[in-house]
Amino acid sequence: MPYRLLKFALARRHPEPRMFRTHARLKPSYDVVIIGGGGHGLAAAYYLARDHGITDVCVLEKGYLGGGNTARNTTIVRSNYLTPEGVRFYDESVRLWRDLSAEFDLNLFYSTRGHYTLAHTDASLRTMRWRAEVNRHLGVESRVVDVEELRRALPMMDLSAGGHAPVLGALYHAPGAVARHDAVAWGYGRGADLRGVEIHQQTEVVGIELEGGAVSAVLTTKGRIATRTVLCAVAGSTPRITRMVGLSTPITIQPLQAMVSEPLKPWLDPIIVSGSLHVYVSQSARGELVMGASLDPCELHSTRSTFDFTEGLASHMLDLFPFLSRVRVLRQWAGMADMTPDFAPIMGTTPVTGFYLDAGWGTWGFKATPVAGKTMAWTIAHGRDHELIRAFNLSRFTDFRLTGEKGAASVGH
Amino acid sequence: MKLLRCPVNGLRPISEFVWGGEVRDMPDPDAVSDAEWAHYVFDRSGVPAVKREWWYHVPSGVWFIAERDTVADRVLRTYPYGGDA
Ligand SMILES: Cc1cc2nc3c(=O)[nH]c(=O)nc-3n(C[C@H](O)[C@H](O)[C@H](O)COP(=O)(O)OP(=O)(O)OC[C@H]3O[C@@H](n4cnc5c(N)ncnc54)[C@H](O)[C@@H]3O)c2cc1C
Repeated sequence: MPYRLLKFALARRHPEPRMFRTHARLKPSYDVVIIGGGGHGLAAAYYLARDHGITDVCVLEKGYLGGGNTARNTTIVRSNYLTPEGVRFYDESVRLWRDLSAEFDLNLFYSTRGHYTLAHTDASLRTMRWRAEVNRHLGVESRVVDVEELRRALPMMDLSAGGHAPVLGALYHAPGAVARHDAVAWGYGRGADLRGVEIHQQTEVVGIELEGGAVSAVLTTKGRIATRTVLCAVAGSTPRITRMVGLSTPITIQPLQAMVSEPLKPWLDPIIVSGSLHVYVSQSARGELVMGASLDPCELHSTRSTFDFTEGLASHMLDLFPFLSRVRVLRQWAGMADMTPDFAPIMGTTPVTGFYLDAGWGTWGFKATPVAGKTMAWTIAHGRDHELIRAFNLSRFTDFRLTGEKGAASVGH
Repeated sequence: MKLLRCPVNGLRPISEFVWGGEVRDMPDPDAVSDAEWAHYVFDRSGVPAVKREWWYHVPSGVWFIAERDTVADRVLRTYPYGGDA
């Protein structure tokens, strides 16, 4: 070990500053309390401070920063959704993503790869043509490609999928990207902290007090906080928090699992998704194949992982890439996905005054981290929904006006 | 959870079953308001609990009820719909 490194390790004082400050105790009140220190909660705190000058804000995290679904996701970023509302929203997110590394002065390893969604049936080809039309209409690069083009672009893939699910074409989305998930949480956390926001880890919200239908205080494992404004950004724990304010929602929790292989030399540049085979895969900057499948088949509030998942996903991976048969799986894990019936998020104001919701992110919310933070901050600052998120308000389930994204979000992430 | 006891076919691998969601009582559509009806159609109890759920044994086509702890993923008992444990 180089001498300098040894000296650095043994020294008590480390010149490298921490990413954010720690605070001995909570203040008795804050203007805004954000529940959940994942990417979404931290991004909202960042934009509240940066864009709206609202800095008397605390972010409460029951575990450690970014340890929820932010740290568990497969980091696919794209905007080729199905509804105009969805496409506009996610497209704005992709725009924000591109500048984030420079803005944070922190390398997010944001890497534009191109994204193929494979079609194995006529029905899925039809949905892809529909998506491509909607996307292009809104200025998002997206087109249907045929098998010949796929063969040229992906010579290492078995287009017959082992002979039992031949690929008929694909939706190609050039802006499709991956990023380093932890860095996103840290970047937003540091940026918020520098602007005066307090981040409290190991602080769990256990209750919310209401007064005349409006939020008046938040109860935590570290004491009571008086506040009139709460943002709930807890993904897989959303129903537990909405119950505290007596709000019912369509959200149910189902685990989503993922796994990575041992590192390989770079061979897979784009992101590949197959809805029929329940596979999506990309190769990380470290060379690992990052792979996921569909949701676990029933409600469960747990992050256990299963052998069934590894076995099923590995077999579908081998349908597409038979040469991987000797590659080993390195790690697997699960997150709790907060699912909605129309595969769109639930965002914005709620019937409870001062209680804002940023939830229903299911299997697709990582890509939305920047735009969700930005629009939720605007919504809190103005007390009404930002125009990009109007179609996502909880009220759509009382008005029977859903925002159907199933055709673009159910396996694709 | 790897095995589930179908009240008709006995203990079978979980891969033979499909989850049908929590058992809920349908209100009389003519007697409730639009908002109450929307609440029934869309809203779910998403919090962890021991829940009464519909399960379906695919090979034999049997729907039945299971009481399951949605945190520990443990089934406490299963029985036919309308029956008791
Ligand atoms: C396996 C997997 C793969 C995925 N792949 C993709 C993908 O490729 N692309 C994509 O766009 N999305 C993907 N997603 C979805 C994405 O990860 C999530 O939608 C997103 O990360 C949600 O971010 P968040 O900040 O809202 O939630 P989280 O990161 O989960 O943060 C919520 C935080 O709230 C905290 N919390 C909960 N309850 C309390 C409480 N009572 N008090 C205080 N704190 C509390 C939790 O500890 C947690 O840290 C995937 C998800 C999973 C599980």
